Amino acid sequence: MDVVLLSRIQFALTVMFHYIFPPLTIGMGIVLVYLDGMWLRTGDRGFERAARFWTRLFALNFGIGVATGIVMEFEFGTNWATYSRFVGDVFGSALAAEGIFAFFLESGFLALLVFGWDRISKGLHFFSTVMVALGSIFSSIWIVVANSWQQTPRGSEIVPILRDGAPWVVDGETMMRAEITDFWAMVFNPSTVERLVHVWLGCFVMGSFFVLSISAWYLLKGRHLTFARRSFRGALLLATASSLALGVSGHSQARNVYEHQPAKIAAFEGLYETPDGGAGMALIGWPDDEAGELRGAVEVPGLLSFLVHDDPSEPVLGLDAFRPEDRPKALIPFFSYRVMVGCGTFFIALTLFACWRWFRGSLFSSRWLMRVFLFAVIPAALANQAGWVAAETARQPWIVHPTLTLDESGEPARDADGFIAYATVTTPDGDERIAGLRTTDGVSRAIESEQVLRSVVLFGMLYLLLGSLWAFLLYQKVLHGPEDETDESPPEQAAVTVEVLRGAGA
Amino acid sequence: MPLATLFEAGWTGLSADALAVAWFGLLGVLLTGYAILDGFDLGVGMMHPFVAKTDDERRIVLNSIGPLWDGNEVWLVTFGGALFAAFPEAYATIFSAFYDALFLVLFGLVLRAVSIEFRSKLESPRWRRAWDRVFFGSSVLVSFLFGVAVGNAMRGIALDERHDYVGGFTELLNPFALASGTLAVALFALHGSIFLYLKTESDLQRRVVPNIWIAYGIFIAVFLATSIVALSTIPSTTANLKESPLLWSVPLVNAGAIVALGIALRRHRRGMAFALSCLSIAAFVALLGIALFPNLVASSVEPATHSLTVYTARSSERTLEIMLLIAAIGMPCVLAYTSIVYWTFRGKVRLDAQSY
Repeated sequence: MDVVLLSRIQFALTVMFHYIFPPLTIGMGIVLVYLDGMWLRTGDRGFERAARFWTRLFALNFGIGVATGIVMEFEFGTNWATYSRFVGDVFGSALAAEGIFAFFLESGFLALLVFGWDRISKGLHFFSTVMVALGSIFSSIWIVVANSWQQTPRGSEIVPILRDGAPWVVDGETMMRAEITDFWAMVFNPSTVERLVHVWLGCFVMGSFFVLSISAWYLLKGRHLTFARRSFRGALLLATASSLALGVSGHSQARNVYEHQPAKIAAFEGLYETPDGGAGMALIGWPDDEAGELRGAVEVPGLLSFLVHDDPSEPVLGLDAFRPEDRPKALIPFFSYRVMVGCGTFFIALTLFACWRWFRGSLFSSRWLMRVFLFAVIPAALANQAGWVAAETARQPWIVHPTLTLDESGEPARDADGFIAYATVTTPDGDERIAGLRTTDGVSRAIESEQVLRSVVLFGMLYLLLGSLWAFLLYQKVLHGPEDETDESPPEQAAVTVEVLRGAGA
Repeated sequence: MPLATLFEAGWTGLSADALAVAWFGLLGVLLTGYAILDGFDLGVGMMHPFVAKTDDERRIVLNSIGPLWDGNEVWLVTFGGALFAAFPEAYATIFSAFYDALFLVLFGLVLRAVSIEFRSKLESPRWRRAWDRVFFGSSVLVSFLFGVAVGNAMRGIALDERHDYVGGFTELLNPFALASGTLAVALFALHGSIFLYLKTESDLQRRVVPNIWIAYGIFIAVFLATSIVALSTIPSTTANLKESPLLWSVPLVNAGAIVALGIALRRHRRGMAFALSCLSIAAFVALLGIALFPNLVASSVEPATHSLTVYTARSSERTLEIMLLIAAIGMPCVLAYTSIVYWTFRGKVRLDAQSY
């Protein structure tokens, strides 16, 4: 295998393993702020117990998230050195901002959150909880900014690198890189906000389904019932709201992607040919990239056109509208996109059904529903992973996606051969290049495939070990449960809750 | 001045090259922060099999860095991010040149984090013993490899015209780099053992004392050997000193701090000794900067054209200015949280329900 493929496998391995944890900590951060805040406000020991318990699980997830996160920051340089030289001026500042604004905030206050229970005041503890939650959110902002800039670059230009005031030429090739021209335009590039909202909602779904799963386990085992019911109800509200919002955000994001990266939508849908009329959406099928057709498709006619144009008869660009070397392969995007959308639909149905049972007063009386929630955390993790897999594989062959150029009528411009034309940049010696970077051109020149293979194997084993230890310790902690429930008396607790609700209303 | 104008190019009034020099200095600050802070917690990891006998003692040693090590590592992450942003060429060259070594560092850092996090989660003595060994081994490995990387950066590595590394892994294991690696291990062990003395009490604390002296002795020996090799085989180390004699103050401060450290230890003034070991680490980083400047990575092939200097590796003027602004807003906050955390966990280690 070549260095590019191995490096892609390695990055996929490390980023996917890492991404089990950030959605958990971002989602659970919200839960902790709520619990710690309620404890501060009401002084109810039930909230404190719950906060202490979930903090222990939070810390475990956080620890592994940090340990695996460092790997990625190094990998840009180790495996993707040519890419790093090209994007560093733009991408690096977002990464450095993440370090200074997010990581220090998180790690500092995490120490107070986890180890400070008996050392600092309740107020400072609550403040630390808020800071940790904010830190994880800041971190997601900068990382999504950096990634979105690669998808829809703005606020930057590709310029020759200068050496002693003259363009730097190696073996007849003018060396170029992206440089910032407008910081805020780079930060708020056309896809940042849409994608950030989508990522956050995905994290909230992950965090809330994690809490739902563990609470459901206690409810099934008949242990820590008051605690489990309280956690379950809170998490169900967050899960329902986030699932519904994800549907809206997903729809608006699909339109945004079509506007800026139409080849990506074509890859999601396995749309090899631009139809004359409206484009349908395949529920299932098998995209055959060799033959360039979607086999065995079961299609809803006009649905794709309706989703991206609000008009079922308007055509949607297929992969054939792009130069052969600019086309992504549809196989992985097609299936990962469907896994994400399928899971999302399932969350909406499941959470609405559970809310209806809650309204009817029979939420906790059905064991099968609790069993579904026990396992629903798996599709939640899967949907988060699949969303990113779809986003990153369907933007290939680009590591930095070029922008579309529009003609006078506002339609994507075509080149001399009738294909969609991306923006270009002219080198000082008059060469014209597409203003993006291909993944195959981004890899390090200084490394060999044996080196990458070694590190893939090393980290594959490390993550296997880490993943099993994490699962094992999580199970131990859940088994141990929240501490001293001896003073728990359900009727009284319920009365307290009612009072709290009254207090909040007054 | 409205905030938006700070994101326009030119607000500092400095030239791009002056900004690059400023960032060379700021990276030095980040590296100093990392070496001083993670230095002591790596050192604690190396010392712990020699001082702690019982399980409770081992937990005390582990918890002396319990709430701190994670934040200390962030200095490294931020150093990496800042290097990427300010000198992308250097980031790309260094990280891809030291590919195997860096994956070993990462392997060590991940295992070390896990050993701290997981060790005390189960009662089983075998489980705990296994993680104690990982904690020790990874602390030594990571420190050693950092030293090796620094040694090679000073010595120069084989770079081609594009500044890509063209040598192999074994070339990185030259005598000077190995000596630097050993020096890093000895320095952090000394630094960590003094820190451990300050955080412990009674029997455990008494057992730390001879270990401080052993670490000090080894450190002095390795320091002298490494200095001799550096001065005799790498002429560039003193080039800047010859140019600006004022810079001699840095090696003098370093030597002074090391001697004074020994005196402070003899007089049982361990707080002072710790301050002096911090000062000595800062002086080492400054010496590295003096030996390198204006290079970030020297090339052993065609040094004049193939080396990466702060001027050739830098980002654009605008990016360097934006980064300066980010640092100006961010660093005071960082110092504030770091102080709160160190203040909260000051004094001797106490084990409680939340401890590792």
